[in-house]
Amino acid sequence: MIDVGLLLLMVAVAVVFLRVRDLFAAAMLFAIYSLLSAALFAVLDAGDVALTEAAVGAGISTLLILAVLTLTRRHEHVVQGHNLVALLVVLVTGAALIYATLDLPEFGLASNPIHGYPGSYYTAQSYADMGVPNMVAAVLASYRSIDTMGEAFVIFAAGLGVYTLLGRRPQRIKRREPSDDSGGQNG
Amino acid sequence: MVENGILRIVARFLIPLIMLFGLYIQFHGEYSPGGGFQAGVVVAAGWILFVLIYGLEAGLKVIPERAMLVLAAFGVLLYAVTGLFGVLLGGRYLDFYPLLPGEHAAQQFGIITVEFGVGVTVATVVMLIFTYFARRKDEWAEAEQAERHEDQQP
Repeated sequence: MIDVGLLLLMVAVAVVFLRVRDLFAAAMLFAIYSLLSAALFAVLDAGDVALTEAAVGAGISTLLILAVLTLTRRHEHVVQGHNLVALLVVLVTGAALIYATLDLPEFGLASNPIHGYPGSYYTAQSYADMGVPNMVAAVLASYRSIDTMGEAFVIFAAGLGVYTLLGRRPQRIKRREPSDDSGGQNG
Repeated sequence: MVENGILRIVARFLIPLIMLFGLYIQFHGEYSPGGGFQAGVVVAAGWILFVLIYGLEAGLKVIPERAMLVLAAFGVLLYAVTGLFGVLLGGRYLDFYPLLPGEHAAQQFGIITVEFGVGVTVATVVMLIFTYFARRKDEWAEAEQAERHEDQQP
């Protein structure tokens, strides 16, 4: 019951998110959406994912978006009229995705691939292999350690990317056109 | 925002708790939900809260930009070198069993080490990205001022 309520709230937040033109409000709605999905993961007993979603999605992403908002204007630039090409792309992609779901195996079936070899081995053997009660940590750090190392390097590469773009002081800047209001928050 | 008493007091109370929680999910990640990635983000969030209250200058006194860059590289290197030790001691890359005599002890040592590496990298990279975005506005203002200064001297 709680998960249905959370899902409905997420749909409501997503609809408001699409309507709102104030980017500061949009950042806050984004945080609320992440927090709701974190609650949903917690209801589904996925503690690690819930913690990640709450810390990264609701916390750091929002902070970084706010930091970017200090550099840009606060309101979205509204384009008049309708973009029919975009509508077509969205409709075709959506139809293709729905068509693809028809091929998925039935939900919760015991013979589904996800219940097959590696997963069942991890659930049965991870404690005997490593003495680590948190199976997620055992899989991430030891069984699939190379994947996690790749992720760490991706984070490092992201930091390097921002460093190369913004790490140096700007020598000269073009005169910027005066913005309507340039987000009051500092910092 | 340091002149706002409520914010200052609440932050003073919260920042140590956030840091403590970050350390908890870093080093208790094998027993409860958590791990290096989440811990790094939480520690960085504590630092960013400090910056929001006391300003970026004070935050960079706590951990200078250069230290962040070095630590970000240190984290991933710690991960990669731990994997290399598995090879040197007779196993495969990122094989933790040869690291210590006991099987469980070796795995736990390896997991804690690589998770610590991930935590250090994530925390410092998030701090770095925030630093660059947060001070960009001041840098723009400075550059603009310098340009105006040049314009005035034909």
